[in-house]
Amino acid sequence: MQATPANASGLRVDEKLERMKLFGLSSPALLLVLVILVIPVGWLFYVSFLGGNGQFSLENYQRMVERSSYMRIFRTTFEVSLVTTGLCILIGYPLAYFLSQIPPRIANLCMITVLLPFWTSLLVRTYAWLVLLQKQGLINEWAMALGLWDEPIKMVHNMTGTLIGMVHIMLPFLILPVYGSMKAVDRDYVKAAANLGASPRRAFWDVFFPLTMPGLFAGTLMVFILCLGFFVTPAVLGGGKVIMVSMKIVSNIELFVSWGAASALGVVLLALTFAILWVASRFLKLDQIAGGGH
Amino acid sequence: MRSQDSDALPISIRGVTKTYGAVHALDDVSLEVKSGEFITLLGPSGSGKTTLLMVIAGFTRPDCGSLKFGEREVIRTPPHLRDLGMTFQSYALFPHMSVAGNVAYPLKLRKLQKAEIAERVEKALETVQLGGYGDRRITQLSGGQKQRVALARSIVFEPRILLMDEPLSALDKKLRDQMQIELRHLHEKLGMTTVYVTHDQREALTMSDRIAVVNKGRIMQLASPRELYERPANRFVADFIGDSTFLPVERSGEQVSYGGMPLKFVQAPPDTPTLALMVRPERIVLSSEGPREGANNFAATAVEVVYQGDSYLLHARLDDGTLIALRGGVRGASLSALPNVGDKVTLTLAPEDTVLIDGSEA
Repeated sequence: MQATPANASGLRVDEKLERMKLFGLSSPALLLVLVILVIPVGWLFYVSFLGGNGQFSLENYQRMVERSSYMRIFRTTFEVSLVTTGLCILIGYPLAYFLSQIPPRIANLCMITVLLPFWTSLLVRTYAWLVLLQKQGLINEWAMALGLWDEPIKMVHNMTGTLIGMVHIMLPFLILPVYGSMKAVDRDYVKAAANLGASPRRAFWDVFFPLTMPGLFAGTLMVFILCLGFFVTPAVLGGGKVIMVSMKIVSNIELFVSWGAASALGVVLLALTFAILWVASRFLKLDQIAGGGH
Repeated sequence: MRSQDSDALPISIRGVTKTYGAVHALDDVSLEVKSGEFITLLGPSGSGKTTLLMVIAGFTRPDCGSLKFGEREVIRTPPHLRDLGMTFQSYALFPHMSVAGNVAYPLKLRKLQKAEIAERVEKALETVQLGGYGDRRITQLSGGQKQRVALARSIVFEPRILLMDEPLSALDKKLRDQMQIELRHLHEKLGMTTVYVTHDQREALTMSDRIAVVNKGRIMQLASPRELYERPANRFVADFIGDSTFLPVERSGEQVSYGGMPLKFVQAPPDTPTLALMVRPERIVLSSEGPREGANNFAATAVEVVYQGDSYLLHARLDDGTLIALRGGVRGASLSALPNVGDKVTLTLAPEDTVLIDGSEA
């Protein structure tokens, strides 16, 4: 059989037209990304290489390496992010597992209680924690009334408060993807494992857990990266004792009016985030192969 | 692998009941499966056949009853300690493991040596004609191959009981027919006691030693395929297995008659208050030379004639208004002798094919 040449060229034109239409439809979004993302980040990049005298200089980056205070800030940022992510996994995974196993109607109700704080303003939630956790706050007063401890415990304006607030705010970001991947695991898999002789514990670790890895991985990555650039919660609940990179950026601008120094910090944070994403994406690909297209 | 059925186990189910709210998923079910037997639970969806299988596997806890594998009472034994093979309707092959990984999993749980695991996995894969497929990913397999891997995984640890939950329902018809025969051969070779669940009557008839027809949580009849088809215990079984038309008949003493005409039959009718005559389309015959001596004759009018390639289907209305179906062969002259719509025809039923069953609606 031979192709009909007349049709072939007509079909090619159709194909081309369709592609152009697709491009036309997506161009507003592309423009928006260009204007509010690519250009400002490019400008940030440019400013970070300007010295105090307006000439090209590496002084903003030099300062970061030379001054131990900067190293401390980066270390704090990573520590807070790691611990928050770890706590989110420890609390979020079992909670998501529980939600995935109970009847859907009750699970939906519980899901709303998980998501409700997610839809509340970040500031409101952070200040709510301030109210709850402070010396004369609800938690201290109740605990003392119940005789759990005698002296008010300092739970805000320090690392504890920062972590409590951040874990609470980040939890939905972990629970949602994990819950999604758990719901996608066919219950027959666990039954099959049991039938083949696996105890409930073995069936969980051999079959259920590996199949929820992609969701856990996505949630972990999301929480960790969001934590790296977090500002409001550590600023309010940390009380100036927990200084993260984003807070240093603000103080560089507000206190020292040094756009160059602030930009350099932003660039380094961005570069670190990209580096983490890059490393993670390599693992994610490996995982997808191991997960059989899940 | 095993070649004789000496270490297969009988299954004894006694008085098992399972209710969901007001619904009786299983209603006082008792069933004895002999050692090495291939038994099929056949029934419409929602009949309770899968629930019964899940009770045997240990995934559904019944309200009461007893379940024994051989002499061992297992009703309270958790599924992972029951040591039986099972294939799932969805296959339930672990997508994060290779073909060999899946088949090796039950052996790993039993802490076998690595070399022995590898040997037995390959042997099991060869048994299901998938030798050399060990390194494949589950997602690379076709439906039929997945079915074979699931089967290999369920027999590799040499369980003495094998449960199969609609294993062929996801396959296309040709492959299904082929797999039915293969499963049958495999059962003959391995000899384990097998409980098979299906809603496909032909599949049940093809494969089983005995069939338990399940409806509304009860076993309606337990019999060999031939007995089930030819001597159904009630109208539900007769209706569910094969096509049939039921004609009301009256009994007076030893005599049974339809519309005043005494019936000739060989097999004694059951001792029930009402009786019905079961007419299978392939057992009733179109007579070209009028009423036949020694047979039961029915006068009827042809309503529809359908040519179906390998056979023809004739719908005819009896004088009392009952519509009866007749399936006939298309060999030689019979095709040209077919009646036209509206023709008066005579249908005959040999006494051997005249089956009287319990007439009450089950």
